[in-house]
Amino acid sequence: MTLITPTGRAARPTDRTGGVLADLCILIVAAALLWGLVQMGQRASAPASMAAAQGTLDTNPWLLPGYTGQSLVRMFAALAASVVFTFVYATAAARSRRLGAVLIPLLDVLQSVPVLGFLSVTVTFWIALFPGSRMGLECASVFAIFTSQAWNMTFALHDSMIAQKQDLVESARLLRLTRWQRFWTLDLPGGMIPLTWNAMMSFGGGWFFLTASEAISVNGHSYVLPGIGSYVAAASQQRQLGRLCLAIAVMLVTVWLLNAVVWSPLLTWAQKFRLGDTGSSENSRSVVLDLLRRSHLAALATALGRSLSEVFDTLTRPFGAGTGWPAAARPRRRVGDIVCAAAIAVPCVWGALAMVGTVQAGPGLGEFGRAFALGLATLGRVVAVIVLGTLIWVPVGAVIGMNTRLRTIAQPIVQMLASFPANFLFPFVTLLLVRHHWSLNWGGIVLMALGSQWYILFNVIAAASAMPADLREAATSLGLPRALRWRTLILPAIFPAWVTGALTAAGGAWNASIVAEVVSYGDTTLRATGLGAYVADATAAGDFPRVLVGVLVMCVYVVGLNRLVWRPLGALANRRFSIA
Amino acid sequence: MTNQALIEVDDVTKAFPAQEGGTFTVLDHVDLRLEDGEILAILGKSGSGKSTLLRCIAGLIAPSEGTIRYRGAELAGANPGVGMVFQTFGLMPWLDVRENVELGLRARGVARAERTARAEELIDVIGLSGFENAYPRELSGGMRQRVGFARALVTQPDALLMDEPFSALDVLTAENLRTEIVRLWSEPDFPTKSICIVTHNIEEAVLLADRVVVLGSNPGRVRHETRIDLARPRERRSEAFGAYVDELYAVLTGQPVDPAAPATSPASNPLPQASVGGMAGLVSLVAGGPNGGDLADLAASLKFEVDDLLPLVDGATMLGLLHVDAGQAQVTDDGLAWVRSDIDEGKRLFGRLAAQRAPLVHAICAALDSSDEGTLRLDFFRDLLRRSFTREALEEQLATAIDWGRHGELFDLEPDGEVLSRG
Repeated sequence: MTLITPTGRAARPTDRTGGVLADLCILIVAAALLWGLVQMGQRASAPASMAAAQGTLDTNPWLLPGYTGQSLVRMFAALAASVVFTFVYATAAARSRRLGAVLIPLLDVLQSVPVLGFLSVTVTFWIALFPGSRMGLECASVFAIFTSQAWNMTFALHDSMIAQKQDLVESARLLRLTRWQRFWTLDLPGGMIPLTWNAMMSFGGGWFFLTASEAISVNGHSYVLPGIGSYVAAASQQRQLGRLCLAIAVMLVTVWLLNAVVWSPLLTWAQKFRLGDTGSSENSRSVVLDLLRRSHLAALATALGRSLSEVFDTLTRPFGAGTGWPAAARPRRRVGDIVCAAAIAVPCVWGALAMVGTVQAGPGLGEFGRAFALGLATLGRVVAVIVLGTLIWVPVGAVIGMNTRLRTIAQPIVQMLASFPANFLFPFVTLLLVRHHWSLNWGGIVLMALGSQWYILFNVIAAASAMPADLREAATSLGLPRALRWRTLILPAIFPAWVTGALTAAGGAWNASIVAEVVSYGDTTLRATGLGAYVADATAAGDFPRVLVGVLVMCVYVVGLNRLVWRPLGALANRRFSIA
Repeated sequence: MTNQALIEVDDVTKAFPAQEGGTFTVLDHVDLRLEDGEILAILGKSGSGKSTLLRCIAGLIAPSEGTIRYRGAELAGANPGVGMVFQTFGLMPWLDVRENVELGLRARGVARAERTARAEELIDVIGLSGFENAYPRELSGGMRQRVGFARALVTQPDALLMDEPFSALDVLTAENLRTEIVRLWSEPDFPTKSICIVTHNIEEAVLLADRVVVLGSNPGRVRHETRIDLARPRERRSEAFGAYVDELYAVLTGQPVDPAAPATSPASNPLPQASVGGMAGLVSLVAGGPNGGDLADLAASLKFEVDDLLPLVDGATMLGLLHVDAGQAQVTDDGLAWVRSDIDEGKRLFGRLAAQRAPLVHAICAALDSSDEGTLRLDFFRDLLRRSFTREALEEQLATAIDWGRHGELFDLEPDGEVLSRG
C-alpha cells in the first residue's frame, strides 16, 4: 500500500455536537405538523358532503392558515402520485422496447395537452366515482396538479435511465442484481438529481393548477374546495382587496418555507447521487439538512432504510434478475410486434371515430374550423408573450447572470416568482382593466405573461452564469465594443437556454390562456376572443363536444409549433451554439 | 476434446448493425479457450474487437454466430462464473466501498451477517481497510480499482475478466496493483483461478499472462498466439522478457494489409485516427532519434503505450512518411522532406501524399473534382460509407479525412460543417 491518501471523510458530519438540540428542534416541528394535520382532519371530515362544496368560501383571515394547509395536502398528494407514476411509467418505457415505442410518444403528446381544458371531463369522472362526497372534487384537484407535474418528472427519470453509463449497466448485469435491486441501486440513484430538480420546478408550477382547480365552474355548477386558491377566488368575487393581498403574502411565505424546509435540503441531499468526480458541490448547503444530519433521526432513518431495503430485496426476488441478453440482441419477433401494434391501433382508431361522431352529432365538424380561427387569436397572444418576454428578460437575465453579486441576490427571488401562482395576481390586473375599460384582448397578453415569462428569465440567468470565463476575458481583451460583444458572445451563448425557456414559456402561456381569456372581478366578467375562452366557456356550460374540439385544436397548435419551431431551433442551438 | 476448458469460445462472429441496412463485423470466427488456472491476455489495437470479445465471454452481449460455453453449458445471458473489472471501474458512485463490495452478495441473497463478514475479509485482503465508509469519488483511481477488484472477487467467481483494468491509472499505481493481483492469484487458497485480461499494453501482457492472443483488426481475428514461459515474478529488464515484447511488437506493427482484401478502398483501408501534428512529431522523433526507429524503445522512452503510438505509426506508414519492418521504423525521403520543409511546402507535399495514398481522402478529392460546383454534402460520403462502418467509426473516418485534406489544402469545410468544397 503505497498510495493511502487522506480522503475527504471529514466532509461527512460524523460529529453529533448539538445533536440533542437538533433533535429538540425536529421534535417541535414534527409536533406542530401533527397538530395541524389532526386539526385539518377534523375539519375536512365534518362537512365532507357535496353540498358544502357548492357554497361560497368564508374569507375570514383566521381561516387562511387552515386553508393553506389543505392546499398543501393536495399539492403533496399530487406529488406523491407523480412520483409513483414516474417510477412505474419511466421504468416500463425504458426497459421494454415495445412499451417504450408507445409510451414515450404518448408522453410527448400528454405533455402538450392543456391540462386545464380537461378539468370538466376529469371533474365529472371523479364526482361520479365518489357520489355525494367531496372526495371526488378533491381527487379532481389533485389529478389536475398531478397532470401538470408527472410528465416532466417521468421524462427526467426516463432520460437518465436510457443514458446510463455502460460500465454501471454491465456491472449490474454481471453482479446478477435482481430487477428491484437494479432499480433501487442504479436506475433511481442515477436519475435522482434530474428527478428532484424537475419535481421542484413542477411543484412550483403546480400551484397555478391548484388555484385553478380549487374553485371551478363545471357543467353549470360552481364548486369550491376550501384552500388558498379558492380563498383568492372568493376574495376576488367579494371585492376584498385587502384579503387578496393577505393571501398573496401567505402564499409568498409558504413558497419560501417550502423551499427552505423541503426543496433546498432535498436538492443538497441529492448531490450525493451525482455521477461526476467533482470534489465538492458548489454553494449547496442547507441549514435544515445540516440539522437533520446532526440529529439522531438521521442514524435512525439510515438503519430503518437498510432494514426496509433488506425486506424489499427478499420480497422482490421472485421477479427475477435482469441477466439475460438485452432485447436488441435477440431477433425481433415480428409477429409479436404486429400483435402489439394492432392491440394499440384498434382502440385508438375506434376512439377517434367515436370522437368525430360525437362532434358531428353535436355542434358539427365545422366547429373545428371555428376553433382553429380562434386559435389564431390565442397564438397571437402567445407570440406576443414570447417576444415581449424575450425583449425584456434576455438583457436583464444576461446582466444578472454575468454579475455574481447580483445573481446571489436575484436568483432566489426569481426562483420564488417562478413558483408563485400567477393567477393570484389576476384579480389585480382585471381590476385595472375594468377601471380603465381596457380590452381583455390585449390584457390577456399580460395575464398569460404573468406566469410564463419567468421561465425565460430563469434559463437565461443560468446560461449567462455558466458562460466560460475565458470567453468573456477574450472579449474584454479584444476590446469588443458593447454591441459587438452582445452579438458575438452573449446572445449566442445564451441562445440554447433561451430556446428551452421560451419553449416552456410558450407551453405555459397556452395553458394559461384557458384561465386568462375569461376573467372576473366582483360581478364583472371580461372575455377575450380566443381558443382559451372557447374552452373555458364550453367547460363552464358542460358542453362536452366543444371542450373536446377546443382541447384537440389546442393540442394540434402546441404539438405543431413544437415540431415546426421549437425542435428545429433546439437542433440549431445544439449544433451551432452549444458551449462544449 | 479430452478436457473441458473453463470457458470455450467456439467460432464466434459478432456483427453490429451499421448505420443503415448493412452490418459491421467486429469479430470474425474467433476460437478461444480459457483454461482452469491460467492467465490469458488478449492483445490488440483499438478497434480490434478485443473488448467485444471479452463482453461476449462475460455474456453481456450475444454473439451473432457461434457459441460460448462456461463449464460446458452454453451461455444465454450474463456468465454466472465470472467477475469483471472495468477500465472505468463501474462503481456505483452513491454506494460506499462496503456497499459496493457487498452488492454482488446482496444480489445472490446472502444473509446480512455473512455478507458483511465476507466483504470485510476481502476489503482487508485487497488493501482497503479503513476506507469501508468512503465513497468512490473520495478515492484515488488506484483505490477505486481496488474496490473494483474486491467487488468482482467477493462472489468467488471461477474466472476474473479484466477490461483494460490499469490503463486509467498512472504508471506507478498500475504497476503496484498488477503486482498485488498476481500475488493474490498465486496464493494457493485463492478461489479465483483463471484470469482473462484485455489490454493494448504489450509489456502488461507479457508481465501477467501465461498465454497471449493477438487480435487483428477489421475484422477481429486471432492472428497470433504465444505462450510466455517465464517464471514469476517476472523481470522487465531480462533479455527473455524483451524478446517476447519485441516479438509481439513486430506482430502488432507489421500487420500487413489483409491479403484477402481487394484493391485499397476507403472501406478496406480505413484511415488510422492520427492527427497531422502527431504524425509530424513521430516522423521527427524517428528521424532524429539516436537509436533509429525501434518503435518499442521509442514508445518506452516516451512512456507511451501501443495504442497511443500505433495510430500515428499506421498513419505515417499509409502516407509513405515512414517505412516499418519488424518493429523498426525508417523515415522515407518524402518523410524527411516533409519535416524539413517550410509550412507552405510541407502542406503541399502532405496534400499530394494524402490524395495519393489515403483512400478516403483520394475518394473525396475525386468526387469533388467530378462535381459541377466543386461542392458536396458530407451526407453523400456518409451514404457511401455507411455499409462499412458503425456510426461512430464513420464519423471518425470523415473527421480524419477532413483533417488531413484541410491540412493539405485539398478541400475545405463550409462554415455549416456539412458541405465540402474544393480547395
